[in-house]
Amino acid sequence: MSQTPPRTWADVPELTARGKKAVPEGLWIQCPACSASLFRRSVESNLWVCPTCQYHFRVSATQRIEQLMDPGSFEPMNVEMAPADPLGFVDIKPYPARIKAAQKKTGQNDGVQTGLGFIKGRKVVLAAMDFTFLGGSMGSVVGEKIARAVETAEDRDLPLVIVSASGGARMMESGYSLMQMAKTSAALGRFHDAGGLFISVLTDPTTGGVTASFAMLGDVILAEPNALIGFAGPRVIEQTIRQTLPEGFQRAEFLRDCGFVDRVVPRCDLRSEISSIIDYAGK
Amino acid sequence: MTKTNGYNYALPFEQPVIDLDRQIETLKDRADANSYAEELAKLSESRDSLLAKLYRDLEPWDVVRVARHPDRPQTSDYISMICRDFRELHGDRHFGDDPAIITGFGRIGPHKVMIVGHEKGRTTAEKVACHFGCAHPEGYRKALLKMKLAEKFRLPIVTFIDTPGAYPGVKAEERGQAEAIAVNLREMSRLKTPIVCVVIGEGGSGGALGLGVGDRVAMLSNSWYSVISPEGCAAILWKEANEETNQAAATALSLTARDNLRHGLIDDVIEEAPGGAHRHRQQVADRIQQWLVDQIRELRRFKGQTLVRLRYEKLRRIGAVARAE
Repeated sequence: MSQTPPRTWADVPELTARGKKAVPEGLWIQCPACSASLFRRSVESNLWVCPTCQYHFRVSATQRIEQLMDPGSFEPMNVEMAPADPLGFVDIKPYPARIKAAQKKTGQNDGVQTGLGFIKGRKVVLAAMDFTFLGGSMGSVVGEKIARAVETAEDRDLPLVIVSASGGARMMESGYSLMQMAKTSAALGRFHDAGGLFISVLTDPTTGGVTASFAMLGDVILAEPNALIGFAGPRVIEQTIRQTLPEGFQRAEFLRDCGFVDRVVPRCDLRSEISSIIDYAGK
Repeated sequence: MTKTNGYNYALPFEQPVIDLDRQIETLKDRADANSYAEELAKLSESRDSLLAKLYRDLEPWDVVRVARHPDRPQTSDYISMICRDFRELHGDRHFGDDPAIITGFGRIGPHKVMIVGHEKGRTTAEKVACHFGCAHPEGYRKALLKMKLAEKFRLPIVTFIDTPGAYPGVKAEERGQAEAIAVNLREMSRLKTPIVCVVIGEGGSGGALGLGVGDRVAMLSNSWYSVISPEGCAAILWKEANEETNQAAATALSLTARDNLRHGLIDDVIEEAPGGAHRHRQQVADRIQQWLVDQIRELRRFKGQTLVRLRYEKLRRIGAVARAE
């Protein structure tokens, strides 16, 4: 750690040079919220937040780690873990083909990266989910890596930070995916008993089986502005109740007002927010 | 007593049996029925063997249909069939009482237990009140409250799972559907008392698992349990839910009792006689009772701490991962 240079936000543009498929290519990009034409570099240097309207672009797990962790401090765990196809699942494409395509697109083996590192000098176990990998869905690999991250945090007496971005459980592993909800929640139960601190960060989108398991079990739950957070997806709810949903429904601010999110935190404040909570509640 | 012969609702694949049933009824109703005794016996025999054959190799999508049969016994039916002195307990002490989950004290065989189960409702009014078995957050919170009560007095917990999924609606989201289920998963994993679960009909995703973390989990042979309903899966992966894609999705999801057992996701299958639980209510109830009594007897020998450790180890093992090349 001694040779790590002091972290400033100016470090971020160089660090996010790779693997940013979540965001359109090109020198200029358009903000999907305010339609402003934005110079790509300026959005990058603003942590992928629109400088005009504060729209938070979705970022990959790699970008998230680069944004959150002290530069060069992240040591990944279980990187070699890759999905199997326990059911021989085939829809219009075989599951292995979907896996291969997602791996090629993201350069990752599955939808979560876990590891040890520092946030403003505080050592943590971090898990960052990747929505670009099959919608950030939780199958056996995501469940196993999250469970191991929880256990590592417990063994080493470290705070745990999980940044969620997921459409829910992965259909192609059916029952196996479903049981990852129980597995991760059970692991957090033990962590809780051991007195560990779990900070859950909800980003756009966090829905389904991930919300209904570890994401909602944080000691402190933070959310990025306007992130979609819910159990059922908005389309499913609209089909059920047969009316259009109110503006802002299932957004981070709505969840806060309903009492399920502690704080809505803009991306640029996440590092200081997390480190401050660790100072209050960590060991 | 509800109609139990399945006549008022025919599953498509059961049609040949229904036709035979009609013939038999017609013959029986004749004034001179006695003179047709031989034919009646033959007809009943072929009806029974046809039913057995149909139910022997049900397609997964047909299993889903049986699991949803309107005459299929529900939690309240099993309670009345296998449980003595049932004392229903209402409410989550915070928001309200969700009729989509029934909770209460009861005696099963020699055991005093806490019973928790999804309820779909039988009449239209009941179905509407129960949201067709889709519980709201207060239902899951009520379940947890009563399960903690059971833990306090070392009563084993019996759960009956039968839900298409947790309710997807505005109020459910506002009251924290995801949080309610998540907390149930975490807390059920560490309740220091035996938990035995039976999927009696539909095991729809997180809404089912919210009552489904246990030491022993069984499925009735014509129930389904999966991460998503076949229709939901078809709509997303096949872009369209129709008869054909629902069928394909049901197969792909490996949602039958046998599939779940094969993959080690459940511990046991409780066999329904050919024709399903809607035809053989008492027999299926007896088998469930026997299974519950056996499991609870075994589990009661363990200390609470041991149960929690074994339960965790069991959950912790579930998963299929490979090494990247």
